[in-house]
Amino acid sequence: MSTTTLTHDEAHHHEAPKGWRRWLFSTNHKDIGTLYLLFALVMLFLGGASAMLIRMELFQPGIQFLDPDLYNNLVTNHALIMIFGAVMPAAAGLANWMIPMMIGAPDMALPRLNNLSFWILPAAATMLILSFIIPFFPGGGTQINTGWTIYPPLSIQVGMSMDFLIFAIHLLGISSVLASINIIVTLLNMRAPGMTLMTMPMFCWTWLVTAFLLILVVPVLAGGVTMLLFDRHFGTSFFDAAGGGDPVLFQHLFWFFGHPEVYILLLPSIGVLSHVIPAFSRKPLFGYKSMVGAMLAVATIGMVVWAHHQYTIGMSLGAVTYFMIGTILISIPVGLMVFNFIATMWRGSMTFETPMLFAVGIVLMFTFGGLSGVMLAVVPADMQYHDSMFVVAHFHYVLMPGAVFGLFAGVFYWLPKWTGHMYNEKLGKIFFWTNVIGFNITFFPQHFLGLAGMPRRIVDYNMMFTEFNVVSSIGAMIFGLSHLILLYIVIKTIRGGKKAESRAWEGAKGLEWELDSPPAFHTWTVAPQIK
Amino acid sequence: MNDQATENRSNNRRTTLLLSGVVVLMFGFGFAMVPLYNLFCQVTGTQSLSQRSTIGQIRPSTDGVDENRWVTVKFDATVNPNLPWDFSAVTHTMRVHPGKTYEVNFLAQNRSHSTVTGQAIPSVAPWQATPYFSKLECFCFNKQTLTGTQKTEMPLRFMVSTDLPEEINSMTLSYSFMRLKEGEKQPADADLPPLIAANPDN
Repeated sequence: MSTTTLTHDEAHHHEAPKGWRRWLFSTNHKDIGTLYLLFALVMLFLGGASAMLIRMELFQPGIQFLDPDLYNNLVTNHALIMIFGAVMPAAAGLANWMIPMMIGAPDMALPRLNNLSFWILPAAATMLILSFIIPFFPGGGTQINTGWTIYPPLSIQVGMSMDFLIFAIHLLGISSVLASINIIVTLLNMRAPGMTLMTMPMFCWTWLVTAFLLILVVPVLAGGVTMLLFDRHFGTSFFDAAGGGDPVLFQHLFWFFGHPEVYILLLPSIGVLSHVIPAFSRKPLFGYKSMVGAMLAVATIGMVVWAHHQYTIGMSLGAVTYFMIGTILISIPVGLMVFNFIATMWRGSMTFETPMLFAVGIVLMFTFGGLSGVMLAVVPADMQYHDSMFVVAHFHYVLMPGAVFGLFAGVFYWLPKWTGHMYNEKLGKIFFWTNVIGFNITFFPQHFLGLAGMPRRIVDYNMMFTEFNVVSSIGAMIFGLSHLILLYIVIKTIRGGKKAESRAWEGAKGLEWELDSPPAFHTWTVAPQIK
Repeated sequence: MNDQATENRSNNRRTTLLLSGVVVLMFGFGFAMVPLYNLFCQVTGTQSLSQRSTIGQIRPSTDGVDENRWVTVKFDATVNPNLPWDFSAVTHTMRVHPGKTYEVNFLAQNRSHSTVTGQAIPSVAPWQATPYFSKLECFCFNKQTLTGTQKTEMPLRFMVSTDLPEEINSMTLSYSFMRLKEGEKQPADADLPPLIAANPDN
C-alpha cells in the first residue's frame, strides 16, 4: 500500500495542492512551518492585547477598567498565550521550515504526525480562549485568577473555566511532544550523507536539545494538571492538605516543567543567533563545540534547579543552598554562549541589517536579564524580590530578548528565503528601534518598582509607585503598537518586493541558501553530498 | 533509493517508539513524585514545614524569664473550605518575653446546624523558629467537636523558649482548621506534637 502511495505522491511532487486542502491536509514541512508561524503571529497579537489591557489598568493607581479577578485572568492569559501560543509555535515554525532544508532532508521524518501536531494547536487555543469567555456567561463560574502557575488550593476553587484551561494545557502539551519527537527523529535519522551530529548547523543542535527537554518535562506538567483535575472532580487529595496531600507538591511538579521551559523558549533563539551573527560578521561561529557543550550543560543543570522559584515555601537550609548554587552555576555556560557570540563579532566585517540589530540587542539585553537572574538566585536577596515587579522585569528581560527578539531575528533573516522577496530594510530598522526602545521603557522602570516593594499580580498599587507605572505603561503602548509595523512588513514582503537571490545575505552559509528563494515545494529530494 | 527509504522508515519507527517510551515514562514519573516526594521529605527533612514532629523538640527552658528581650508573636487563623466554621484569633499580635507563659484565645463557631468535628493543624513561620515555640496547652492537641451553631472560645497557652536564636524577633503561628470526617480516627498520636503540658518540669 505504502509503495502505491509513494508513487502517487511522486507523480505530483512539483506542485502544491490548491485551496484549503493544501493547508488542512498538509504534510509538507514548509506549509506546516508557515502555518505555525502564522498561528504564532495571531497569538502574539492576542497575548499582546491582554498585556496592553494590563498596562492600561496599571497606568494609574486604583481600579479603572478591570475588576481584580478579570485583571488576574488577563495576567494568566497573557502568560499562557505568549508562551504556549506565540513563542513555542513560532520556534516550531522555524524548525519545520529550516531543519529539513538545513540538513538536506526532503521533509520531516513523520509528516503526518507533523500535520497533527500543528492542527491540535488551534483546538487548544480555542479551549484557552473559551476558558476566558465562559465566566462572562451566567453559570460560568469564576475567572481564572491564579496566574499561569495555577497553584492549588486557589486553582481547585476556580469554576469550570479551569477545566477548559487544564484540557488546553493537555492539548498544547501533546502538540509540542509530538512536534519534539518528530524533530528528534528527523535530526537523528534524516541528515544528508556526510553530515555528522558535530557538523550539523547550530540551529539544529539547539532544537535537538530543546526537543529532548520538551519530551522530558512536558509529560510531568501533564501529570500535574491531571492530578489537579482529579482533585477538582474525583475526590482525590493530591494537593489538598485536608486529605493528606500537599499543595507544595504541585509547585514542584509545575516548576520541574516550568524551569526547563525557560530554556525551551531560549535555546531555539540561541540557534538563530548562531546563524545570524556569523552571517553579518562574515566570520564562522566562534567555538562550535563549546556552544554545544554549553548548551548541554545548561539543559542538564536547568533540569535540576527548579525549586529556585519556590525559595519562600520553607525549605531546609540545605535544600535552598543546593538550589542557589545550582542556579548560579547556570550562568557559567550561558556566559560562555554570550562570549562566543561576542568573539564571533570580534574583528568581523559587521553590517547591521535588521536581523543583526536584533542579534546585537539580544546579546546586550539578555545579558542584563541574566544578571538580574543571578540577583534573584541568591536566597536571602530573593526573600525580598520574591513576587515583586522586579521578577516581572527580570523575566521579561530574559524572555523578550532571549526568546522573542531571537525569533524576530530569525524571521527577518529567513523571510527572503521563505517568500522570495527582500523585506523593506528601512521599515525593518524602524521596527527594531521602536520595538527595543518601547521594550526598555516598559520594563526597565519595573526593576525600580520591584525594589521599592510593588508586588506583582495585583490590580491596584500604592500611590508612591505611580510615576514609574505611568512611564512603564507609556512604554508598553509604544512597544505593543510597534508590532503593527512587523505585521505590515511581513504582509508586504509576502505580497511582493525586491527579488531575493538564493543566497539572500552575502555572508550567509549553509545548505538552505543553496536552494532557490522561495524554495520549490519539495526540496532535497536527492540528498546533497556533504564533503 | 527505495531500499534506503525502507531503511529510513524502520529507523524512524524505532526512534519514534523509543522517544514515545520516554514520554510515557516521564508521565509516570510525575505520578511517582507523589510517594517519592513524601519519602524524600521524610528522609532529608527538606520540607521542614511538614515535619511537625520537630515541634517541641527543644524543651521550654526553666532558667527563668528573659525580661530584656521582646519577641513579637502574630496569630493567624484559617479554615479549610471543607469545614463550615468561622475561626478567628481574638488577639492578632502580642509582644512576649521568652520564658514566660502566655494565654490567648481563638473564637470558633459552627455555621452549620449539625455537629461537626474538626482538627486544627499548627505551623510556625519562619520555620526556623518552630522548635522554640512551645504550646503548653492547645486546642490543636485534640479534635474539637461543635454542635450545630455552637460558639466557643479555644484557649492556647504558649511559651517562647529563651534559646530562641538572636536573629529571630518575630514569628507567626498559623492554624488551619480541617474537617474530620465522621467515623474517621483522629490522626495517630505520633503525627501530633507531643503534649508538653504533661511535662513534670512545668
